[in-house]
Parts: sequence; C-alpha cells; structure tokens
Amino acid sequence: MANILELVNISKSFDNELILDELNLEIRENTFMTLLGPSGCGKTTTLRIIGGFTRQDSGQVLFQGKDITELPPNKRQFNTVFQKYALFPHMNVGENIAYGLKISGKSKSYIDSKIEYALKLVNMDGYRNRAVSALSGGQQQRIAIARAIVNEPKVLLLDEPLGALDLKLRQELQYELIRLKNELGITFIYVTHDQEEALTMSDTVVVMNQGYIQQMGSPENIYNEPENAFVATFIGDSNIIDSLMLRDRLVQICGTAFPCVDEGFGINRPVDVVIRPEDVILDEPGRGQLDGVVTHLVFQGVHYEMEVMAGGFEWLVQSTQIQPVGKEVSLRVDPENIQIMSKPASEDEEAMVIDA
Amino acid sequence: MKKLGKKLYIGLIFLFLYLPILTLVIMSFNNSERTTGIWRGFTLRWFREVFNSQQIMEAAANTLLIALASAVIATAVGVVAAVGILALSRRQRILILQMTNIPMVNAEIVTAISLMLAFAMFGISLGLGTVLFSHICFCLPYVILNVLPKLRQTGSVAYEAARDLGAGSVKAFFSVVLPDIMPGVTTGFLMSFTMSVDDFVITFFTRGAGVNTLSTLIYSQQKIGIRSSLCALSTLIFMLVLIILLVRLFLSGRSANNKQIKGGIGG
Repeated sequence: MANILELVNISKSFDNELILDELNLEIRENTFMTLLGPSGCGKTTTLRIIGGFTRQDSGQVLFQGKDITELPPNKRQFNTVFQKYALFPHMNVGENIAYGLKISGKSKSYIDSKIEYALKLVNMDGYRNRAVSALSGGQQQRIAIARAIVNEPKVLLLDEPLGALDLKLRQELQYELIRLKNELGITFIYVTHDQEEALTMSDTVVVMNQGYIQQMGSPENIYNEPENAFVATFIGDSNIIDSLMLRDRLVQICGTAFPCVDEGFGINRPVDVVIRPEDVILDEPGRGQLDGVVTHLVFQGVHYEMEVMAGGFEWLVQSTQIQPVGKEVSLRVDPENIQIMSKPASEDEEAMVIDA
Repeated sequence: MKKLGKKLYIGLIFLFLYLPILTLVIMSFNNSERTTGIWRGFTLRWFREVFNSQQIMEAAANTLLIALASAVIATAVGVVAAVGILALSRRQRILILQMTNIPMVNAEIVTAISLMLAFAMFGISLGLGTVLFSHICFCLPYVILNVLPKLRQTGSVAYEAARDLGAGSVKAFFSVVLPDIMPGVTTGFLMSFTMSVDDFVITFFTRGAGVNTLSTLIYSQQKIGIRSSLCALSTLIFMLVLIILLVRLFLSGRSANNKQIKGGIGG
C-alpha cells in the first residue's frame, strides 16, 4: 500500500519551547492511525500541521508525494473533526452539513442527497432542521463528523473528538467510528491521550512523548512488546523491574533466574523487564518461581488487583481469584510474557521517561 | 411605615431624574413665545416651527449624517481591530487594550482641544469632515470594547472549522464569525450612534464656522434666550434617544429569550 501522507523532519517550537523535534512519520492509505500520548507530547500540534492550521518551523508535509506545506487548510483535501465540535451555532443541522458543499459549488439536489446520506451514516436521521444548540454533546459530535465526511476528504483528521463525552457514549461512538472508517474506506488520523481508545480503534498506534515518536506499531504490538519504559507505563499497567540479562533466554529478576524468549541482549547486561499485571500467576507458596506476601487488595469489577511483596519488589498483580492481604503466595510468569527492554541509552532519554 | 419610606425614596429619585425632562416636554407644548413657566394653553406650533426652520433642519441632517457615518465607519474599523487584537500575544493585547481605553477616560475637553490643535497643525480646515473624523475616534474604543468579549467567546475554532471546510479567510469570517459576534457589533454600532448624536464638546471644537449639529445649534441659540421651539427640538431629540434605547432593550431581551428557549430544549 502506498503512503498517502508523509511528514519529513518536522520541527516546531512555541515561545522557544521545542514541541516537535525532527519528526518523521509515514501514513499509509486507508489506515486508522492514532497519535497517542500525554498532553504536551506534540500529538495535537502534529495534527494541526497536517491540517494546515499550524505552520511547521522546518520540514515538509507530503501528500501523495507532493509538498503541501504552502497550501492553506481550505485547499487541502482533508477535513477535521474538532474536540469541541465547532458547529456553527447560527445554522441548523442541515446548513452545518451543507457548508462545505455550498462553498465547493455543488448543486442543490446533490447537497440535499448528501445531507440525507450523511445523517443516515451517523444515525441522526430526521435531525436535519434542528437547531444545533438543541442537541446533546454526543449528537453534536455526530453532526460534526457528518459535516466533515460529506466533503469526501482523502484523510479525516480527528482531534480528541470523544474527549468531552461520558464513558458509555464514548464506547458507543468508538465502534461507530470503526464502522465509518470501514464504510468510507478513507484514512483516519486520530489524536487521543486515552490508551484504551487507541487500542480499540486503530490499525496503527503511534506513541508520542515530548515531541518524539516512542513507538509505532499495531495495538497488539504496542501492548505486548513495548520498546521502552515510557510506552510500557503509558499503555496499561505494568511492572517494570531493573534486571540482569544473564544470557540468551535467561533473565535474573529480583535475584531469581526466569526463562524468557528474548535473545541478543548480550551476557550479564542490565535491562528493564516489563511484566503485565494480568500475566503474573499466583500459586501456593513454594510452587512458583518467587515467594512473597500479599500487601494490598482492591476489587476492580472484572478482577482483583493485588500488590505482592516478593524479592524486594512490589509486584502489581491482577487476577480473578482473591488472595487476602497477609497471605503467603508464590509468583510465576510464563517465558513469553516477559518483555525485555534495553536500558535507556542516555540520561536525556531517562529524563524523558521520568518526566512522563 | 418602612414600606412608605422605601416608596418615597425611589419616588424622589425618579422625580429628580424625570421632572426636568417632563418640564421640557410640557413646555414644548406651551403656547408662549418664551419659556416663562406659565401655562398659556396647548399648541403644536413649536413643532411646526422646528420642521419649518431651515437652520434646524440643516443641523438635524448634519447630526444624523455624522452619527450614521461615524457609527458605520467606527464599527467596521473596530471589528477589524478586535480581530487583530485577539490574535496578539497576551502581553501585547493588554497593552493595546489599555491604550485604546485611555481616550475613553480622558476628559472630553482635552480630547476636543487636542483634536482641534492637531487639525490646525496639519493644516486641515475645520468642517463636517473633521467632526466626522473626531466622532469616529471617540466611538472606536466602545466598538472594540463591545465586540472583543463576543469574539473571544466565539474563539478561533469556528473560524478554523470554516477554513477546514473549504472557505477562504474572508468567506470564513463573514459566513461564520460575523453572525456569531453580531450582538456585540450591533451594540457597538448603537452606542456609537447615540454618543455621536449626544456629543457637544468635541463637535463644538472641531466644527468649522457655519457648521452646526443640533447640540451646537441649541447652545448658540440659548445665548439669545430659550425659545419654545428649542424645547420642542429637545423633546424630539429625547424621543429619538428613547426609541434607540427601546430598540436596544428589545434586541437584548430577544437574544436572552432565545437562549432560554434553546437551553430549555437542550436540557
């Protein structure tokens, strides 16, 4: 598949603060790509540069191989769904949706049928003559989506569109966005700080922090094989433990040797180990790999979350089976659930992780 | 007793506020050459005289022309200025706003004399044009003051959304931003209009010989003694201001009502 968009060496600073530092990103056609990261990581700036609302200090934005840096937003074949809906309050629903079509000089009958089609697509049939202010937040965002897609953009940009909605509505709209993406067959670039949202919807997740791309890959890849401690902590809960790679396929965690599946880290090299809390299995004392005592217990609905003191480290454990506080237990981790990461190469990189 | 006191108090306040105006209105119907304070019967003579006097009609035309032109120009310039001010950085914005506010608190006589001196220095002869220019100057801050909060509320998001949907910058402004800030624009316009009609000091110092607005005309005539026709003229001006005020009240009442209805449905 061809790249529809390419960002080449994009840098941007605001008030002498560097927001993006030589960012490079390739976006393939028809993917649902999510830019994920904490606030201030540069994800929204990246989206605004693609949309043409913010001008980068240096670097190029290529659309289908052509540099579009000089093109204003109205000349780019993208449309945006804004975080705060940004519907026009003095126009009704139908007029809002028709705005872009009228500007491009489409015929009245074409606009009419497009409005009906778009309303159907976002499940808002019959709302055409309503006042915008009479709609709920979720409905307003559906109209904002309809208003963007009637223009048949090549790329749809979404800037935390579900950020202002409540959890239930957010989940509902997540599934609708996936359906829309499949029906329209266009590229979606989605910005969010919500890791669950990113994992649910995306084909590709780009994890960003402090203006750098930390990792890019499929949701499974990002979750199961985080490349550094930032990604591991930002995506879901995890135990990150200072460890020693004894040799290929064997790592020493908390003084105990654990078999693992990673190779090529060298011999007796310090590494970071990531173990997801749901991958830690609790057993009777002496029957696992490392003995410890339960120190904390919280019921979280789907599972219990426990903290286990073992080998000088407080392990976060999630399990559907309850182990009361004070009980002696033994930990076990399957080799394929141990993720080995290189230690950050420089102090700079380390600082980045700690800041986050 | 307490209740009676309260009523008396507010009654007194209204008496002080409206008795002079009421006197004026009554005197304009009094069948007497001079304003003597003695009632000599009802007449519409003075109103007829007002409309038949070429001098008064000319002054009225000048007043309306200047008020309308200065309000239109000040509103246009003010809206553009407000858009620019909002795009500035915070520090610059505060600086510029303070600077535009100074003429508003400055003593009118100082503004008037400085304008007159400036015209003289640059060799501009006084006339209708200089009055118009001066009126635009003192109306401008009021337009900015009324438009800016509305503009800030609308924010840049609607503008960006319009650009995103294919509108050029001018089209985006007129089709999306302007309708949204319209209440502020109308208020700024009406304020400019009434203040221009109202103004005496600045007009007096910047008008040329022979150019009169209603206020300067009344001033020059009262030296000879107040004729009843001047009472009639003043009554008419008061009515005009009253009508503008009512329109403003009606407009703001309607927009408040609208919000209530919409809010009710939105729940």
